[in-house]
Amino acid sequence: MGGNVKVVIDADLCQGQGRCFSIAPSIFNFDDLGNGFVIGDGELSPETIDLARLAQANCPEHAIFIEESS
Amino acid sequence: MSVDAEANADAKLPVVDFAVDWDHTDSAWVSDPYPIWDDLRQRCPVAHTDRYAGGWFPTTHEMVAEIANDTEHFTSRMVVVTNNKFPPNAPPAPMGGAPPITSDPPFHQFARRLILPAFAPGPVNALEGQVRALCTKHLDALGDVKEFDAGASYAQYISPGVIAKMLGFPEADEDRFRDFVHVVLDLVDLAPEERGPLFLPMAEYFNTQIEDHVAHPRDDFTSYLLNVEFNGKKLALEHVRGTMVLTLVAGIDTTWSAIGSSIWHLAQHPEDLARLVNDPALMPVAVEEFLRFYAPVTMARLVKEDLDFHGCPMKKDDWVLLGFPAANRDPEAFVDANAFIIDRAVNRHAAFGLGIHRCVGSNLARMELRVALEEFIARYPTFELADPSGVTWAPGQVRGPRRIPLRINA
Ligand code: HEM
Ligand code: SF4
Repeated sequence: MGGNVKVVIDADLCQGQGRCFSIAPSIFNFDDLGNGFVIGDGELSPETIDLARLAQANCPEHAIFIEESS
Repeated sequence: MSVDAEANADAKLPVVDFAVDWDHTDSAWVSDPYPIWDDLRQRCPVAHTDRYAGGWFPTTHEMVAEIANDTEHFTSRMVVVTNNKFPPNAPPAPMGGAPPITSDPPFHQFARRLILPAFAPGPVNALEGQVRALCTKHLDALGDVKEFDAGASYAQYISPGVIAKMLGFPEADEDRFRDFVHVVLDLVDLAPEERGPLFLPMAEYFNTQIEDHVAHPRDDFTSYLLNVEFNGKKLALEHVRGTMVLTLVAGIDTTWSAIGSSIWHLAQHPEDLARLVNDPALMPVAVEEFLRFYAPVTMARLVKEDLDFHGCPMKKDDWVLLGFPAANRDPEAFVDANAFIIDRAVNRHAAFGLGIHRCVGSNLARMELRVALEEFIARYPTFELADPSGVTWAPGQVRGPRRIPLRINA
């Protein structure tokens, strides 16, 4: 098995702009205040990684990070 | 409001060089600001003015983001540029007159958290049916008319209806709301002694609504603000009133402008209109590009203490006009920034601001814009401008077309 790829939202940077959960509702959801959070453990598969990157590229606050670990 | 006041605003000197004398109510800026901003971005990139008792205008995305995120050197105490930086009755920092938009940390966080739940996606999505019904009602009222003003007959009606219901105000008072907004956002270049009295009818109106809600509490945003408790204490009355005023002002003109600009664009770009008609799934992506390209809202800050900002000698209490719409056209931040690309997939626009003051109403605004456009193009799959020279634009910090003479084809 290769390294795992995970997506995380930095809650200090997120201002609830809402782009992530509109673009990728299978990966992100929103809380009672409208801030974004990652569903489950955030582990990405080859099928979901492009969608996560698209959400990342649309977050105005640069609050989404995609991390690779081995 | 006095006609004199409006005439006065028209009588000032036109701008010759926006780099050293910018004025966001100058007719050249009001009718087409984008070439001005592009020029300033290349030449300055921070413009200055002595008007409004002194202010700056950064034009790059990077600088706008930097200032929006720097609450240490810039205060939000006043976010609308006028000739009066110290209105006598305005509550001071850290709350300001219209929390949370006029509030600074740490008070800001408290004032914002209080209202975020009401505007989160859940409650907002529940309003979609109501918004759609409002749209069809105004389209039905147009009947078979083939030429009409889409600003006056459609765009201006959507957001006031939603906000009136949310605040628990009579819907029949809509015209008054638009008057209030006109005073707050359009009539900015008046002498303080002229501008001050224009606020009285609004203050009176809100006081009456508050009294009515105190006497007859009900399930709406006004009663929520009046009754919500923090550490066993209710909000100060000026806090409640300030947030109500903010919701009304921020919720009406802004979305109305976004709807208007989008219809204005589609009237001139049949290829974009056809794509939306044939591919409704494209709408959410298109909405983001409408918001980027025609971002309606510019906000302001005041400089807290003298400061050197990238070589600009900013002085305490100078204005900084925070051009989110100019940031959205910065070629450093967007590929083909001055091209409207209806399916632009990567679009990190700043139409709703950046940092801690990010628009609380963004979920509502997006939904209203999407639904208003969906209903409009479903009713009118082809239309064009009937009279391009008849289009007029709102002056000041919220930009959108007020008159949009349209001709419906077919
Ligand atoms: C297309 C429509 C809209 C646009 C482009 C827009 C834009 C903005 C921008 C740029 C800010 C940031 C202000 C700053 O940094 O000083 C803001 C703040 C705000 N907006 Fe909107 N807005 C829109 C619609 C709405 C609606 C419908 C509401 C509510 C009913 C609303 C409520 C607010 C509030 C309460 C704030 C203050 C947030 C804070 O200071 O924490 N806006 N808006
Ligand atoms: S797009 Fe960015 S700012 Fe918006 S909710 Fe998602 S993480 Fe937060």
